[in-house]
Amino acid sequence: MLEIKDLHATINGKEILKGINLTVKSGEVHAIMGPNGSGKSTLSNVLVGHPAYEVTKGTVTFDGKDLLSLSAADRSHEGLFLSFQYPVEIPGVSMVNFMRTAVNEQRKYRGLPALTASEFLKLMRKKREIVELDSKLANRSVNEGFSGGEKKRNEIFQMAMLEPKLSILDETDSGLDIDALRIVAEGVNKLKTPETSCIVITHYQRLLDYIKPDVVHVLYKGRIVKTAGPELALELEAKGYDWIKKELGE
Amino acid sequence: MKKESNKYVKGLTQEKYKYGFTTDVNTEVIERGLNEDVIRLISKKKQEPEWLLDFRLRAYRYWQTMDMPTWAHLSIPEIDYQAISYYADPTKRKDGPKNLDEVDPELLKTFNKLGIPLEEQMALSGMAVDAVMDSVSVKTTFKETLMEKGIIFCSMSEAIREHGDLVKMYLGSVVGYRDNFFAALNSAVFSDGSFVYIPKGVRCPMELSTYFRINAANTGQFERTLIIADDDSYVSYLEGCTAPMRDENQLHAAIVEIVVMNRAEVKYSTVQNWYPGDAEGKGGVYNFVTKRGICKGVESKLSWTQVETGSAITWKYPSCILSGDNSTAEFYSVAVTNNFQQADTGTKMIHIGKNTRSTIVSKGISAGRSQNSYRGLVRVSEKADNARNYSQCDSLLLGSQCGAHTFPYMDIHNETAVVEHEATTSKISEDQLFYCNQRGISTEDAVGLIVNGYAKEVINKLPMEFAVEAQKLLSVSLEGSVG
Repeated sequence: MLEIKDLHATINGKEILKGINLTVKSGEVHAIMGPNGSGKSTLSNVLVGHPAYEVTKGTVTFDGKDLLSLSAADRSHEGLFLSFQYPVEIPGVSMVNFMRTAVNEQRKYRGLPALTASEFLKLMRKKREIVELDSKLANRSVNEGFSGGEKKRNEIFQMAMLEPKLSILDETDSGLDIDALRIVAEGVNKLKTPETSCIVITHYQRLLDYIKPDVVHVLYKGRIVKTAGPELALELEAKGYDWIKKELGE
Repeated sequence: MKKESNKYVKGLTQEKYKYGFTTDVNTEVIERGLNEDVIRLISKKKQEPEWLLDFRLRAYRYWQTMDMPTWAHLSIPEIDYQAISYYADPTKRKDGPKNLDEVDPELLKTFNKLGIPLEEQMALSGMAVDAVMDSVSVKTTFKETLMEKGIIFCSMSEAIREHGDLVKMYLGSVVGYRDNFFAALNSAVFSDGSFVYIPKGVRCPMELSTYFRINAANTGQFERTLIIADDDSYVSYLEGCTAPMRDENQLHAAIVEIVVMNRAEVKYSTVQNWYPGDAEGKGGVYNFVTKRGICKGVESKLSWTQVETGSAITWKYPSCILSGDNSTAEFYSVAVTNNFQQADTGTKMIHIGKNTRSTIVSKGISAGRSQNSYRGLVRVSEKADNARNYSQCDSLLLGSQCGAHTFPYMDIHNETAVVEHEATTSKISEDQLFYCNQRGISTEDAVGLIVNGYAKEVINKLPMEFAVEAQKLLSVSLEGSVG
C-alpha cells in the first residue's frame, strides 16, 4: 500500500526527516511514537503534501503510484487521509457544503457521477452515527466553535465520509477525555477493513489499547530507529525514551 | 512547486474575463472632446426638448468650475476629459433608413453571447431587459406586456420623448447636478439608461433589468437611470454590466435616481463586472457612479444590493434618504478587488423621518495588490426621532500585499437615535486552504467555498438567477489570487 524509501524533507531549509524507510501493507495498523520534535507530524504533513515542506530526497509509492508527484488534493482523491492534530476552523462554510464538495470532487476524480442532494444527506446521516456526531454540528461551519473533542470526532466523521485506503491519525488522542477517546477509537475500528490501513501517531499507549497496532516504530531525530511488535509501545510507556537513546549511543 | 502554481495562476487570470470580446458594428462616434457644441449635438441627436438642453448646459457650466474629488482612498491617474468621445451609437446602420423594431443582428448576437437574449420568446422567464450599448438603448423587451399594467419600462431617450412630464418632474430631484464632480459631468452629457415608472398599487409582475455594455474604444459611458415607484407599488430591478478588454482605461460615470412613494418598495440589485484590467493593472474601467434613492413616502422601503467584482477603480456609494416616516433602507454589498483593482465604496443613510430604520452590511474581499475601502455615512437629523441603524463591515484578506480599509462616519443630531457599528477583519489562512486540499478540494474551489460562505448574507439578497451568477463570478474573480 505505502512504501517510503530514504525520505528526506526540510522546512524553511532545516532538515527534519533524515532518511525514513517504512512499508505499510493493506490491513495493517502501524503506530509511530517518539519524543517531541522527532519529526512525527512532519512525516504526516509531507505524506499528504503540505506546501510548507520540501522533499529533498527519497521516494514514496502509494498503491503503485508516485505519491510525491501528486497534488495534495489528488493524494486525497487517491485515498490518503489525515486526521489533523489541530483541525482548523473555516467560518461561513457549512459542514454540509464542505463535505459535499469533498465527496463529489473525489467522485469526479474517480469518474463517478456526483451524488444528488438527497443521496448525500442520507450518506451523511449514516456516517454521522459512526462517531455519534450531533446533527447540529453537521449544520454548523467547519469546526467553528467546536470543542476539542468535537473537532476530533469531526475528523473521524470526515474519514468515514471519504473512505480512505490509508488514514494517518496525527495525535488524535490529544485533548480527548476517556469517553471521547473511546468514541473516536471505536469509530476508527468500525471503519477498518482488510483493504484499509492506518498510521497512528501518538505519545500514549492508551489510544493503542483501543486501536491495536500490528507494528510499532520509534521515530527519533528524523529517522525510524526501532521497529517491533505492540509490546514496544508498552515498554515505551513504562520506561520512556532514554533507553533507546542509550542504545543509539547518545 | 511554487513556480508551477505561478504559471497556473497566470493562465487563469488572463483568461478569466470572459466578456472581454468586442463587437464589430458600424458605430457612429462623435468627435472626441467636450464643449457646449458637443452637448448641443448630443441633445440634438436625441431630439430633446429645450428644457433638457438647458439642464445639460447648466450642469456643464457648473462642472467646469469643479475639481475632481480627492478624498477617496484611491489613486486615480489624470483623466483627460478632452480625449474621450461622449457619444457612440452602435445602432446606426450603413444601409439606409432602418426600421425602429429591427435590431442589427450583430448586436443581438453580442447580447446573446453575454447571456442576455433579447428575443422575448428566448428570454429568461419573468425578466424584462433594457439592453444598452455605449450611448444607446438597443432594445427593451416585454415593454408592451408591462404597459398593460401601466408600467413604463423604456430607455431614458424614449422616456424623454414619450413621458417628458414625468422625467422633467423627477430628473435631478434626488441627485442634483451640483451634487458632485461626476454627477455634474453626467448631467451634462448623459445618454441612455433606463426609465421605470410603477403606477399606484401595482406590483411589477417581472424583474426589470438593464444590461450595460461598453463596446466602442475611447468613449465614455454616461448612463442615467430613473426609477419611480408610486404609492403602494413594488418593483425589483437588476443591473448588469461588462466591457471589452482594452489596454486604455474607459470612463463610466452614471447616475441612478430612485423615488419611493408611500408604502412602496424598490429592490435594486447590481452585479458590476466591468473589465477590471489585466493582471499587471493595465486597462480597465473607471467606475465613478452616483446612486441615490429617496424614501419619500411613509412606510416606504428601498434596498440596495451590490456585487462589485469589476472595474479598475470603483467610486460608488448607493445611498438612501429616509425622509418618509417609518421608512426602511438597506445596503448589502460585496466588493471584490484583485490584482491592481481599487475600490472605495459604501453607502450613506440619511435619516430625516421619524422611526426610520437602516441596515448596512458590507463585505470587502481583497486579493493580489488591490486596495479595498468601505466608506459609509450614517446621519440622523434633529427631527428623526427613534432612528435606528445597524452597520456591519467585514473585510477578508487573501494574501499579504492587499489592503482593506474602513471609514465609517456618524453624524447624529437626535438623542433618541440608536446606531450600532460592527467591524471585523479576517484572512484566508494557508492552513484553511491546506485543510480543504487534504479533503480533496482544490485551492481554487476552497477559495470559492470560503468566499461564498463569507458573502452568503449578501448573495442571498439577490434574485435567484443573479445569485447563482454572482456566486460563480466571485470564485472566478479570485481565481489565481492565492498562489
